[in-house]
Amino acid sequence: MAADGSLAGAALRRGAPNSLQRFARRRSSIAVLMTTPLLVIIIGLVAYPAVYAIYLSMLNRRMTEFVGTLNYEILLESETFWMVAFQSCFFAITAVLLKAMIGFWLAHMLHDIPDKGQRKWRGMLLVPWVIPPALSTLGWWWMFDPSYSSINWLLAVISVPEVPWLGHHWWARIAIIMVNVWIGAPFFMIMYLAALKSVPEQLYEAAAIDGATGFQRLRYVTLPMMANIISITVLFSLIVTFANYDIVRVLTNGGPRDLTHVFASYAFQVGILSGNIPRGAAVSLFMFPILAICAFFVLRSVVRRNKEQM
Amino acid sequence: MAEVSLRKIVKAYEGDVQAVKGIDLEIADHEFCVLVGPSGCGKSTTLRMIAGLEEITSGEIAIGGTVVNDIPPRDRDIAMVFQNYALYPHMSVYDNMAFGLLLRKFPKAEIDRRVKEAARILDITVLLDRKPKALSGGQRQRVAMGRAIVRDPKVFLFDEPLSNLDAKLRVQMRTEIKKVHQTVRTTTVYVTHDQVEAMTLADRVVVMNHGIIEQVGPPQELYHRPATRFVAGFIGSPAMNFIPARLENGAAALNLVLADGSVLPVPEDRTARYKSHAGRAVLLGLRPEHLTEPREGRGTYADIAIQPEVIEPMGMETLVHFHLGEARDLCARIDPTLDAHPNTPLRLTADMAHMHLLDPESGRVV
Repeated sequence: MAADGSLAGAALRRGAPNSLQRFARRRSSIAVLMTTPLLVIIIGLVAYPAVYAIYLSMLNRRMTEFVGTLNYEILLESETFWMVAFQSCFFAITAVLLKAMIGFWLAHMLHDIPDKGQRKWRGMLLVPWVIPPALSTLGWWWMFDPSYSSINWLLAVISVPEVPWLGHHWWARIAIIMVNVWIGAPFFMIMYLAALKSVPEQLYEAAAIDGATGFQRLRYVTLPMMANIISITVLFSLIVTFANYDIVRVLTNGGPRDLTHVFASYAFQVGILSGNIPRGAAVSLFMFPILAICAFFVLRSVVRRNKEQM
Repeated sequence: MAEVSLRKIVKAYEGDVQAVKGIDLEIADHEFCVLVGPSGCGKSTTLRMIAGLEEITSGEIAIGGTVVNDIPPRDRDIAMVFQNYALYPHMSVYDNMAFGLLLRKFPKAEIDRRVKEAARILDITVLLDRKPKALSGGQRQRVAMGRAIVRDPKVFLFDEPLSNLDAKLRVQMRTEIKKVHQTVRTTTVYVTHDQVEAMTLADRVVVMNHGIIEQVGPPQELYHRPATRFVAGFIGSPAMNFIPARLENGAAALNLVLADGSVLPVPEDRTARYKSHAGRAVLLGLRPEHLTEPREGRGTYADIAIQPEVIEPMGMETLVHFHLGEARDLCARIDPTLDAHPNTPLRLTADMAHMHLLDPESGRVV
């Protein structure tokens, strides 16, 4: 025993690693230490607000009492809420589809311009995406203004009757979509352009020799090669468009008669302007399951496609 | 199947840079024609013009008697194998091969028959369900060839198809390509920068340089009777030695006098051919295989004393690198059993029966 004890003592004196040193040397400990800043940011800026929003949505208006799912039940019975849900979906789907199509078309046009001239056009076409949306929407608001609408003036030139852009709910919805497409299409364009550039030229040459027409090259080479970028861009844009707030706020403020509200602007109206923060939180939380389902299906198809190509 | 005619083909890019400078070439039906030359000589551009992937600045290309200048690639009835294979990554091997037939609206049963037949010829039947990513370089190369074969086109075009393969596989695939051509006998235009590939595959080799054709002929003819210094130096490995010399009238026949004063006799049967160049500076062209260890027997031999700089034992032969006066980077092929060492004097014999005489000014072989 005495011998054992003296041996252990000698080992310690020679500098055998203590438990703190052992902890620091483990790979898993290093991994935890290195990811801690990120975890802190995610917990502070994502997890905490999300959990807090869920907690808030279960309080009463004065935030003094826990009411469970009452806020959700009230919303599900409200006609306005269902209208907001419809408008949000209609707005997001239509706008994303249009952005995707226009972006794809623009990307193709740009791709066909020789490199020298391309930069100039690319820069100009990116301008709508670079300007702060609140500012550019203000510009659009002036153009839609019933008294001095420049768009209506242009329409009058070709003898088209005046359009009540922001006065009628369907025209207002179209106006919101137009502005969103104008702002968002360049993002699709730039993503698709990058994807187009990554398709090897020889694939098109091989397809041309195989007998493919221009459309067939698009159908059998371009689209499959770009499928993943298209899916991810659409998903990303769907999330951003679905949660859009500034365009509706500046252009229509939800009007006429609350018919152009989307989830975010309605949540702001209910939660901040009407002072019912718990119900506002409940409105905004409805976005989450819808987007989660979309994300699940899109990402699953991306993963599947990646596996297939292996 | 068809013959291919190139008439005064010019390809000029912006700024008047001419990649191809008016070449004429007739490729016969069933022929395996190889365009060979260094990078930038215009061989790939020529092939791409035949394919229709590159516009022709002037001149005329005809396939099977039809001028195809304004016909798009898909209607030229050609198939092409690219250097990097250009397989569609999202399609299986089967779909890659069937794609061209599908676009041409072939019946399903016929597509299936052709794909399976091509797969059998190329020994890739077990790979038909795989995606290109799951294939090795050699397998991808076979699929690319399969895609060409199924179409049964008038002409096969190969654009440096073996460049991306390792040395061993390259030799193997070279044999495969030759075998396939012996089986299907389709007119083939093959581009490579590798003269060994050109020599082994071709019925006829077209040597190109700076956008013009230097010489056209069967491999053996190019090897034995090169027309220009470029062809003489390009065909054969290691390259032909060029030694500056002076052609002098000797007592009986002509002699070549080297810078160091050594005298090499010119074979008598060449006297008439070379006589007009007597008294002038010339270039002696001798292949390394005709510069060997001393040997005896009939023929015109001449001894040369050299100081080897580098000895490269290759197993079946040994390469000796040396210089002779101003002529640098010379090479001789000697018997591997011979004891040669760097910087130790060595006697070599030049087999003058295989010599070439070049005019240093025009660069043409006399």
